[in-house]
Amino acid sequence: MGEEKKGFFSRLKEGLSKTRNNIVRGIDNVFSGFSAIDEDFYEELEEILIMGDIGVNATGEIVERLKAQVKEQRIKEPYACKQLLIDSIREQMRVDDTAYDFEHQKSVIMVIGVNGVGKTTSVGKLAGKLKDNGLKVLIAAADTFRAAAGEQLAEWARRADVDMIGGREGTDPASVVYDAVNAAKARHADVLLIDTAGRLHNKKNLMEELRKMNRIIDREFPDAHRENLIVLDGTTGQNAMVQAREFGEVANLTGIILTKMDGTAKGGIAVAIQSQLQVPVKYIGVGETLDDLQKFDSDEFVNALFDVEPLEEEPEL
Amino acid sequence: MAFESLTDKLQNVFKRLRGKGRLTEEDVRSALKEVKMALLEADVNFKVVKQFIKAVEERAIGQDVMNGLNPGQMVIKIVNEEMISLMGSETTEIAMQPGKSITVIMMAGLQGAGKTTATAKIAGKLKLKGKKSLLVACDIYRPAAIEQLEINGRKQEVDVFSMGSDHKPVEIAREAIAHAMKNGHNVVILDTAGRLHVDEGMMQELQEIKEQIAVHQTLLVVDAMTGQDAVNVAKEFDEKVGIDGVVLTKMDGDTRGGAALSIKAVTGKPILYVGMGEKLSDMEQFYPDRMASRILGMGDVLSLIDKAQASLDLDEDKGREMAGRMKKGKFDFEDYLESMRQMRKLGGIGSILSMLPGMGSKAGDLESQVSEKQLARTEAIVLSMTPQERRNPKLLNPKRKHRIAKGAGVDISEVNRFIKQFEQSQKMMKQFGGGKRRGMLGGFPGMGGGKFPF
Repeated sequence: MGEEKKGFFSRLKEGLSKTRNNIVRGIDNVFSGFSAIDEDFYEELEEILIMGDIGVNATGEIVERLKAQVKEQRIKEPYACKQLLIDSIREQMRVDDTAYDFEHQKSVIMVIGVNGVGKTTSVGKLAGKLKDNGLKVLIAAADTFRAAAGEQLAEWARRADVDMIGGREGTDPASVVYDAVNAAKARHADVLLIDTAGRLHNKKNLMEELRKMNRIIDREFPDAHRENLIVLDGTTGQNAMVQAREFGEVANLTGIILTKMDGTAKGGIAVAIQSQLQVPVKYIGVGETLDDLQKFDSDEFVNALFDVEPLEEEPEL
Repeated sequence: MAFESLTDKLQNVFKRLRGKGRLTEEDVRSALKEVKMALLEADVNFKVVKQFIKAVEERAIGQDVMNGLNPGQMVIKIVNEEMISLMGSETTEIAMQPGKSITVIMMAGLQGAGKTTATAKIAGKLKLKGKKSLLVACDIYRPAAIEQLEINGRKQEVDVFSMGSDHKPVEIAREAIAHAMKNGHNVVILDTAGRLHVDEGMMQELQEIKEQIAVHQTLLVVDAMTGQDAVNVAKEFDEKVGIDGVVLTKMDGDTRGGAALSIKAVTGKPILYVGMGEKLSDMEQFYPDRMASRILGMGDVLSLIDKAQASLDLDEDKGREMAGRMKKGKFDFEDYLESMRQMRKLGGIGSILSMLPGMGSKAGDLESQVSEKQLARTEAIVLSMTPQERRNPKLLNPKRKHRIAKGAGVDISEVNRFIKQFEQSQKMMKQFGGGKRRGMLGGFPGMGGGKFPF
């Protein structure tokens, strides 16, 4: 257990290394480059956080909070600010204990998001993980639009050794959901995972289609624990916020799966979303293998992000 | 909302500038600070923003501008000009090999950027230009990637070459080119697997293809919603593999396209195409000036006109005839149907509205008021009429109206309301008949005149 955890931690750090390099180097410069805490100092700090995709609004809030604390605690040294900043972001990113309750009851998890963020892959990985935990998992292929999406998911279902419903291109996704929910009930599945088609959040008709699918689950399986997880691409900028907001309008969001965090993507958007929408990040994808989808841990995330523990080797840029 | 506020903010800034007769240095600086924040919110790379602001400032804070006749307007002009030059002033096409020789195009990018879809879309574009493309499935890693390309190729009626997932991409590419020579293809498009720019092994695979095969154009596919990272991605791909151009995807979202601005500025590589929708035909040429307008919230009227032109070209005579009849107030339900069809060809109301100046952010609201669904109901009413009734609305008596309501599956009151509104707009058109109403908007009853007939 301890080893697995360590493995993930270093993987996350590896994945986040570029993030850290970008944000932290900048922050270290600010913390050491200024001799006093003044407006220029804060301005520089703001710019660096924005560079990390934390966004103008969340950055503003973080800096305001920092200012208040600095004043309250009469901090004079720019360097002392660093720990304050880390703590403040960590606090904000903390995940509730109840976040993973769906593992212990009959649940329906619908995975949604815009095109190309990694929904199908996430569903595949999640199916594998839940199955490993001893749960009976059923997958529904409700992406009936994208060419070969069904085949892609079928491959994941095969790898995870779980059953799959639907998957024919061009069929009505709502009917796939209907069938899947009834199959889940009949087969006594613990978790039903629904993969949906990617849709841009400003396409009204597609969003209505999603609303309908959500409604069908509500109606057909009212006793089930519901999770609607939005998959956000870690490389996405501020648009991820709009996506989260719009998807939340049609289907109540219970969590975020943040993918592709193993590039130079700046995890900042996760901070921004938590701060603005209070939707917690529940999973984070830092690589291509099945194990690389992990539960989100705010301590580890922030530690890796701000390089609290020294890193043995500096990956090449 | 982050993106919508960019346009709004910029417009507010510009409004304030326009209102001033004289500008102080302070005025310009504070306005530019807001421009800066707004651009950052749109995910334009921070370093690019800084450079941009500096360039504008240098030009704007000078005696000529500030003491000129209309200083505010001048500053806006400078902002616009600088933005266009940042994005590359000219529209660039894919460079094709001369004569009958084969042009090899390699697609590259991160996972989920939309390479496979873009590959098929580009083949479709080239087909219109008389090129015969061969799509090559070099993504041997992602499950079902080959199937996806095969299905898309079939839809576009373009040939697809694949060797399954047991061969190295470079081998597949080599075989594909031999296949293309034999079968008379003049463009070969390699669809490669998505990869991270920090993944040495995968980047090497691309280098290998480039070393062993004469790749003429390497296109980087980038998701338009990418944040600050877009620049790192583009730079790494360019340094490690070398890119000739960029295809920007998912521009039909509400992103303002900060990535576009950043990539061009940092790599100097032109943006060739923009992916604008789910359908395989939804791929457009990139126009820097129009993009600048979009970012600045000045709308994209030029693209709208282009689209209108394209759909009108098909039935220009019909359009002219219709305009003529409208002038005389002889607009009937057949014309109504026709104009609805034209509107749909342009991508629906939402798409049209979003291209109009100042409408960017409000298009969504309006769209929900004038929903496509409502339009469809109205269309159902018209379609439930007999051809005679459509041509001669006066025929419509209560009995006929009842039949129409039944046929369309709506309440009789809805039919009555629609017909009444239609008559009103008919009258209105007669009144305006003498005036100047030409072109597209004249084709939509009520769009120029005020009320919608439903």
